[in-house]
Amino acid sequence: MTAARKREPDVYLGTVVGDVVSTHKNERLEGKKLLLVRRLSLELKPEGTEVICLDVVDAGVGDKVLVVQEGSSARKIFDDPWIPVQAVIVGVLDRVDIGGKRIL
Amino acid sequence: MYLAKIIGRVVSTVKQDTLHSVPLQWLQPVDASGKERGGPVVAADTFGLGPGELCYYITAREASIALWKLDVAVDAAVVGKVDRLDLASADDRRAEAGA
Repeated sequence: MTAARKREPDVYLGTVVGDVVSTHKNERLEGKKLLLVRRLSLELKPEGTEVICLDVVDAGVGDKVLVVQEGSSARKIFDDPWIPVQAVIVGVLDRVDIGGKRIL
Repeated sequence: MYLAKIIGRVVSTVKQDTLHSVPLQWLQPVDASGKERGGPVVAADTFGLGPGELCYYITAREASIALWKLDVAVDAAVVGKVDRLDLASADDRRAEAGA
């Protein structure tokens, strides 16, 4: 059972833990930046395995980010029905509050 | 997409129509440190990668999209070979944890 199969939220907060260098890849992914992201818990601790995300906001290693992990939304972002993508970084987080208390 | 290591090739000649001429590989999903994650997975691989190579694969409907068709009976497909992973250093991680 892979992480993708568990019913988890499609939009979540993550942290960028690395980047993936890949020259030999699906042609629709050429020129796209791939980043390794781990999901964040309520305490902003990374949890679970790394997911490889495409990046459209120029995020970098160490950034806390907003991730959309749902295939059809992801394809819509790139306006390409043939791009094999599930997870996309769509925002860099500046601040997160829980119940009025700032946690980031 | 997730990281995986190629562990072997799967050969099957009698198979369902949509799987004809789709090369299959056996993958072991791994995390960025190389540690195994869950059980092995059979994935379509049009890159012809060899055992031991690190790749990334996509699952669900997008696996079929990666093969340029919408009706292939696969649930995972390799979409690229990993040349290198650049990970945040241990120092960065400690700083992030506030230590």
